[in-house]
Amino acid sequence: MITKKIYLYFPKSETEKPIVYQLVKDYDLIVNIFRAKVTPEEEGYLSLEVTGSQENITRAFAFLGTFDVVIHAGNKGVHWDESRCSHCGACVVHCPPAALAIVDPHTRTIAFNEDRCIECLACIAACPFGACSSAF
Amino acid sequence: MTKTYTEINEKIASGKAVVLTAEEVIAYVDKHGLETAAKEVDVVTTATFGPMCSSGCFLNFGHSTPKMRITEAWINDVMAYCGIAAVDVYIGATQLRHNDPANMYHPGEFRYGGGHVIEDLVAGKKLQLFGLSYGTDDYPRREIRTMFDINDLNQAIMVNPRNCYQNYNVAVNVSDKRIYTYLGILRARMRNMTYCSAGQLAPLLNDPYYETIGVGTSVWLAGARGIVYAQGTQHCSLVERSENGVPVEGAGTLALSANMKEMRPEFVRGVSFKGYGVSLALGVGIPIPILNPEILRRTTVRDRDIQACVIDYSTDYPEKTDRVLGRFSYEELRSGAVELMGKKVPVTSLSSYNKALKICNLLKSEIEDGHFFLSEPSQRLPLNQGMKSLTITGAAR
Ligand code: SF4
Ligand code: SF4
Repeated sequence: MITKKIYLYFPKSETEKPIVYQLVKDYDLIVNIFRAKVTPEEEGYLSLEVTGSQENITRAFAFLGTFDVVIHAGNKGVHWDESRCSHCGACVVHCPPAALAIVDPHTRTIAFNEDRCIECLACIAACPFGACSSAF
Repeated sequence: MTKTYTEINEKIASGKAVVLTAEEVIAYVDKHGLETAAKEVDVVTTATFGPMCSSGCFLNFGHSTPKMRITEAWINDVMAYCGIAAVDVYIGATQLRHNDPANMYHPGEFRYGGGHVIEDLVAGKKLQLFGLSYGTDDYPRREIRTMFDINDLNQAIMVNPRNCYQNYNVAVNVSDKRIYTYLGILRARMRNMTYCSAGQLAPLLNDPYYETIGVGTSVWLAGARGIVYAQGTQHCSLVERSENGVPVEGAGTLALSANMKEMRPEFVRGVSFKGYGVSLALGVGIPIPILNPEILRRTTVRDRDIQACVIDYSTDYPEKTDRVLGRFSYEELRSGAVELMGKKVPVTSLSSYNKALKICNLLKSEIEDGHFFLSEPSQRLPLNQGMKSLTITGAAR
């Protein structure tokens, strides 16, 4: 069993289709949705984690590829811009899963572990330097 | 065993100066002893990086044809002050952008303001100037709209009347609702705590009685060669100090200035405090000449020897009650959590130790390479100065 984080963009034509239902039913995937949004223009954004066998995940990705959906592997829902981060540490206490954390206690360097991020968006409000942003 | 500024500068010129950062000097003195180290070490570099709300800058645009005496101006929609000479303007870090809803829909986001304009200038970006005037015989133009960057300006001079606070409050929120402050978001019922100091690296914590840092001291301001031009606003040296002379609260401040054209964008960053406003974070480095063992001893101050006071920002700070909830050393604060009033409280910082350390090392190399010299202050900072409060009296007639 492996777990993969994915971020999907649905253009207007695809938002009505029950794609996630099929991921569960036809490919036996465990789906954990972090965030979903449909805009007034009826585009959809979905950020989720899927767990299943490598084979099923590969097949599921191929299935997603048959739709007009843009697929990004990895955490693309929340972005940390390292060049804007001043390593102040203000975000650390606001990040529940410690995805943003001090990785070197001597130099007090902050790093973002995107696998841990649950996309709660707390860091976006807490970071004075605008280093964290959301794709949607 | 004493040294003079001239002797140290001669060593810097010949590339022989021994320079240590405020962090390195601690272990060095532990190992070699104070007397020996005082002979060997010439300079200790100190630094800080954090929000400096008093930052601002004077810009000179040069004259258009026909000429204009700008009386109102906006840069990227952020208002600049024009009550000075014809094409000089002043822009301050905490100025909001025109039409920013501020806290009308609380908490406001404050995405862009004066601090960001200053950052964009230093980064060499193009900005928009919009200016108005009533027009005079010698300055007939009444309106101007043009794009410019820092290279188009004659001068861009940063001024910073309250910088490098010696020490600072640690903020907590005892109320049962979340509050938004210049020390960040403070969660209800003391669920977090924020401090804002570089601790053992901070300039005035390494020179607590202002023996070497004074008016005229050369400083490294965001990469530019700057100067201490006056005591900082709210400089208040008459405060409680620990046995080692280090203040346990705000205390001394410095007024700094430098040429923005020489600054490095990495150390000039606009900041947005949700629910509070905009500001500018700046990096400052100050070299301390090791003139005698006593000055050296003070630079060996470490996080565990520096105390800071915890203040409740929901009531005590706004109501000016002077109540202190607790006191912790920076070593305790940096551990990530402290126990306050029987509760374990997570602690984070707003000041970047990481960047301060980087600045200590950058300044160290500049001195070692003979590019940065020390200057003897022409005036000491006041040692016996308190701070007045504002008394509200009846309306003037
Ligand atoms: S979105 Fe939430 S979980 Fe992700 S890094 Fe930001 S605070 Fe942490
Ligand atoms: S609050 Fe922002 S600038 Fe500070 S460490 Fe976190 S991401 Fe970096």
